[in-house]
Amino acid sequence: MIHVEGLTVSFSGLEAVRDVSFTVAPGECLAIVGESGSGKSVTARALVGLAGDRAEVTSRGFTFDGADLSKLTETGWRGVRGRRIGLILQDALVSLDPLRTVGAEVAETLRTHHVVEPSQRPARVLELLAEAGIPDPEQRAGQHPHELSGGLRQRALIASVVAAGPSLLVADEPTTALDATVQVQILELLGRLKREGAALLLISHDLAAVARLADRVAVMYAGRFVEEGPAEELLAAPAHPYTRALIAAVPAAHAKGTRLSAPVQEPSVTGPALPARIAALLTGYESACPYVSRCALADQRCREEDPSPTPVGERRVRCHHHDRRLPDLPPISLGETRAPGPVLLSVENVTKRFGARTAVDDVSLELRAGETLGVVGESGSGKTTVARIALGLLDPDAGTVRLDGEPWSGIPDRLRRARRRRIQAIYQDPLGSFDPRHTAGQIIGEAVALPRRVRKARVAELLDQVGLPATLHTRRPLEMSGGQRQRVAIARALATGPEVLVCDEPVSALDVSIQAQILDLLATLQRDLAVAVLFISHDLGVIHHVSDRIAVMKDGRVVESGATAEVFGSPKEPYTKELLAAVPTLATERSPR
Amino acid sequence: MSLLRRVGAGVMVLWGAATLAFISLLLIPGDPVSTLLGPATMASPEVRAQIAADYGFDRPVAVRYLDYLGTVVTGDLGSSYQLQRPVGLLIADQLGPTVQLALAAMVTAVVIAVISAVTTAGRARPVRAAAGAWELVAVSLPSYWLGILLLTAFSFQLRIFPVIGAQDLAALVLPALTLALPIAGVLAQVLREGLEAALAQPFAVTARARGLSQFAVRLRHALRHAAASLATLTGWLVGSLLGGAVLVETVFGRSGIGALTLQAVGNKDMPVVMGVVLLSALVFVVISNVVDLLHTAIDPRVRA
Repeated sequence: MIHVEGLTVSFSGLEAVRDVSFTVAPGECLAIVGESGSGKSVTARALVGLAGDRAEVTSRGFTFDGADLSKLTETGWRGVRGRRIGLILQDALVSLDPLRTVGAEVAETLRTHHVVEPSQRPARVLELLAEAGIPDPEQRAGQHPHELSGGLRQRALIASVVAAGPSLLVADEPTTALDATVQVQILELLGRLKREGAALLLISHDLAAVARLADRVAVMYAGRFVEEGPAEELLAAPAHPYTRALIAAVPAAHAKGTRLSAPVQEPSVTGPALPARIAALLTGYESACPYVSRCALADQRCREEDPSPTPVGERRVRCHHHDRRLPDLPPISLGETRAPGPVLLSVENVTKRFGARTAVDDVSLELRAGETLGVVGESGSGKTTVARIALGLLDPDAGTVRLDGEPWSGIPDRLRRARRRRIQAIYQDPLGSFDPRHTAGQIIGEAVALPRRVRKARVAELLDQVGLPATLHTRRPLEMSGGQRQRVAIARALATGPEVLVCDEPVSALDVSIQAQILDLLATLQRDLAVAVLFISHDLGVIHHVSDRIAVMKDGRVVESGATAEVFGSPKEPYTKELLAAVPTLATERSPR
Repeated sequence: MSLLRRVGAGVMVLWGAATLAFISLLLIPGDPVSTLLGPATMASPEVRAQIAADYGFDRPVAVRYLDYLGTVVTGDLGSSYQLQRPVGLLIADQLGPTVQLALAAMVTAVVIAVISAVTTAGRARPVRAAAGAWELVAVSLPSYWLGILLLTAFSFQLRIFPVIGAQDLAALVLPALTLALPIAGVLAQVLREGLEAALAQPFAVTARARGLSQFAVRLRHALRHAAASLATLTGWLVGSLLGGAVLVETVFGRSGIGALTLQAVGNKDMPVVMGVVLLSALVFVVISNVVDLLHTAIDPRVRA
């Protein structure tokens, strides 16, 4: 059993983790949930003594099975790491050594801790891989991480971590970047290890993803637990405004038109949680509640007095106003029963091959003015290729694409160029689609086809439209938060006054709360500008929330399509059912469709 | 198929090198007959014409070029103007000492670089600053000056190593060190950068969380990643070794390809110069291919 009391981790005086306490018993799962920069990964690494050379770790109590870990030397830690506490990281493509076979990685744990005789090591490696659910372990053991699928290599990573039989598993975003169906399988594997007696500390930015496994949940914000307690109770009746915001932000449960995030009062604070000391400097209040700048309930008391943990039911909540109701989020009115407009973009029987592989196989889609068509599929299903064909960046091998009735594929690019302003794209990673040396003003201004003297005013107008302050135009991409960057990308796409927006995984790299803001922004823009959106995502929850109609893709084909309510309400294809079963949902559905 | 392509590419490189060498020698001022005869010899125009005809200097450039390529293909590199011996034999005689020197220098450079990089990568600022400083000095040292410095210190003052000439192992130490230090400087920089990039990857955390020591992670995991980044330096490495050998062999009075080349260039002994150019190109082609194969062995992702 691990027991942590008053854990604080600081980097050159800035506290990344502040006074965090918890206990995880064998067979129990504690989930720590929070956004990037909340300190959850630092907590995970501090538990294996790997917070880094520059980290200053202090605690009032830090014991594991009765042994005091707080005074452990580096040599002492080496006996604990892997043997008694295992650390599972995100994305085995880079969390396992890409130059070594997965078998060698599992064997390394066995060798480091002298688990079995050297002669028995190869056999034990195969057993471990098989136990982690890898079929055909003899073949897989000799392969490198890049030769395995995302799910298989995550299993291999888990096999390498559990090889020496640690009784506490710390899993830092173990399912992030995996397809939903694979996510479920990995969580099931972790669940089995838990049932077999391991204590499990699960760390994630996604409350819904971990909800099905967690016995207890701790919500982390700005380095501290703001709410902690039994999972069921916390999910059913969240007390801290931040927990409530996190639950409201889960798109799966909420119909289109439901707002996912509170309207932002101060756009400058849409970034990640700030370390307490910096927040204090910015707000001028020495001991304010760290959530004050984002909280709808904040009052003078919150600015003057940092709340201490208060018991609520079986939970401990750091909030002065845990008993007050949050104001309801105003819905984004979509205009009653919008009549579907004329067909703007039509993809007709399109096929695209890359070498021997058929990426897109006889796909037909229709996008009408003012509607959102969601294209959902797992990695490799061909959805991004469809996006590129729709954008006219890739010519299909067969079939045609029409934009507003006129041919859009199979014509020379010179003929497309004049019409490109009518169809614009938003990608997952704006950092990669921006020139890092350009300022936000230059990035957006480039797309504004106006004379210099009026361009500036138009850029300011666009920034305002996407909820950014006009002062942001001098910032460069690296000086912005992920949410701000995605807003700039949206502003750039809007600059040409497009009728069609193609969004390829536009929120997949964002934290849940930022994702909620961006989805709300897209919904508002669609209402105001009547733009048609082709929304591509692997995330069924997101697709469900944003789409009027849905196309489900698998292996390059559209296997099922129809109105959102129809596809989600009564899926016909087994594949759609499987996908739907994998969508992480919370028990606290607010507005069923 | 890929083997065929490699051989084809290698042949193209050799052909290009031979052609470039041919052209550059054509452009050198002075006519070949005077060069052949040497400055002291007086000869009548008739004799000169006779010599030109014997050596084929009177034929058109295109014919001489094709003729030259033809002899090269058959493995005949011609005869030295000065020494009147076949170039192939001359080179073969001098190859041994140079290979010895180059190999010794390379091994020394790699050992120094690995030790320097592994012990300093990702350490505190003063340690890295010190390592960066020695590497910068090593890279910037002119090898003739370094050679003389080492000779003064270890041969004249301390009398540990022989001054000049002798071909035994003790005589190899100072020349190899002279040739190795600048190379070690560059290798250490690249290796440390590669190590630090590898240590910043999540797999390094996974390995440490498995119970490995910091040092074991460097040796077992990170070093291999860093070595893969060295592959891109092969061309530079071969060039440095061959180019460095010319200076080092001269400073230390060693025989070898470097000394032979210097002499041949000074005397405009064209067949020898061409032979050395072709040999360098061949070495370059062979080593590049070997390194490519090594690279695939180190990093299986390259295969895909």
